[in-house]
Amino acid sequence: MKNTLPESGPFFARDRDWHPPAFAPGYKTTVLRSPQRALISLDGTKSEITGPVFGHNTIGEFDNDLIINYAKPGEMAIGQRILVHGRVLDERGVGVAGALVEFWQANAGGRYRHKKETYLAALDPNFGGFGRTIADENGYYWFRTIKPGPYPWPNGVNDWRPAHIHFSVFGHGFAQRLITQMYFEGDPLIWICPIVKTIPDEEAIKRLIAPLDMNNTIPMDMRAYKFDIVLRGRRSTFFENRKEGN
Amino acid sequence: MVQPLNYLKESPSQTAGPYVHIGCTPNFTGIHGVYETDLGSGPMYNDKTRGERITIRGRVFDGSGTVLKDALVEIWQADSDGFYNSPSETRGSADPNFFGWGRCPADMTTGEFVFETIKPGKVPFRDGRLMAPHVTLWIVARGINIGLQTRMYFSDEEAANAEDPVLARIEHRVRVPTLIGKREGDTVTFDIHLQGENETVFFDI
Ligand SMILES: [Fe+2]
Repeated sequence: MKNTLPESGPFFARDRDWHPPAFAPGYKTTVLRSPQRALISLDGTKSEITGPVFGHNTIGEFDNDLIINYAKPGEMAIGQRILVHGRVLDERGVGVAGALVEFWQANAGGRYRHKKETYLAALDPNFGGFGRTIADENGYYWFRTIKPGPYPWPNGVNDWRPAHIHFSVFGHGFAQRLITQMYFEGDPLIWICPIVKTIPDEEAIKRLIAPLDMNNTIPMDMRAYKFDIVLRGRRSTFFENRKEGN
Repeated sequence: MVQPLNYLKESPSQTAGPYVHIGCTPNFTGIHGVYETDLGSGPMYNDKTRGERITIRGRVFDGSGTVLKDALVEIWQADSDGFYNSPSETRGSADPNFFGWGRCPADMTTGEFVFETIKPGKVPFRDGRLMAPHVTLWIVARGINIGLQTRMYFSDEEAANAEDPVLARIEHRVRVPTLIGKREGDTVTFDIHLQGENETVFFDI
């Protein structure tokens, strides 16, 4: 199936056992921020199966290059140079053409450029820590950055976030809207992180761990990590518009 | 053995965390010069947009009644005639001067989110009945593991709300008012309660 015709089917039901539950007391902030009552279930209507489309003019030339998009002219962010690339797919395996992907991260020392960030690691004057891109017609996307550092956070007395990049993704329908995080292969902090552990299924956690991709690593320049993102699939509309009865 | 279905699994959600602003609204957090403006900020209409101008204001409260100062809210809505500006809108074309999507971070002091928009028209439900005018909301924040989906209807649409097929699905009728924005003049106030007696109705949709 190609994305040539606009699709108007509802999305597959979300597997709520695969996603983290709202209430996950190991991550303390969820305790008072998790709805306690059952969600009202509904097959998608026009209001959820439609969604905004962002044109390529939304994006600036250097938006997908975090090594230079905040740096002074001629300078670069400090850290391990990496390429992050992959596809935005839906559950049918179809590339999500034109998906807007936004990302943000800490610098190489684990420090975010944010008013409310208090970690003592140094700020990098040449690193903003965010970017965005629009996937191509096959759902393929890429950006260049530095590998973020792990950082401590106030939850348990000694909790550390594994190195990670936050992702915000738009598909073709507002019901596909997703925020998630990408982790790096081999990081021992992944398996002891209270936020990672909100995801109940180990198989699901693995879907968020990007492997080192030596085939796309650029010799003498930067290593590559491959990260595919899967959004909800859309149902085919074979019988959707047929009136019932009389 | 049977044939494999070969469907992929959706990527599991993770919290937006406390620094979602860096990625989604950098200018709001004081990082200028990379993006000209924050995506989804400012009025959602221009001079040529059809429809009645309204302002939606609200706050998000946790289970202790404390206002969230780090939430991010997005809205998606139809134009004044009930058409969405989306390729999946198959019934007709929407007002070209209305994009229909907005994004607003909660104010870091007051926790308030504000959308300057237009009142949407009615959109048909799956069976063709009309839904009452409504705005779709998506809420993320630190401590929210998967984005929350809800809707805001309008208090000045009592008759349409009474016929709305989605509101009709809500068994506990005392909860319906949690989805109704209170309209006074051009302002519609819509507070969201994550927990407690007035917990907002959230959807799995
Ligand atoms: Fe983070």
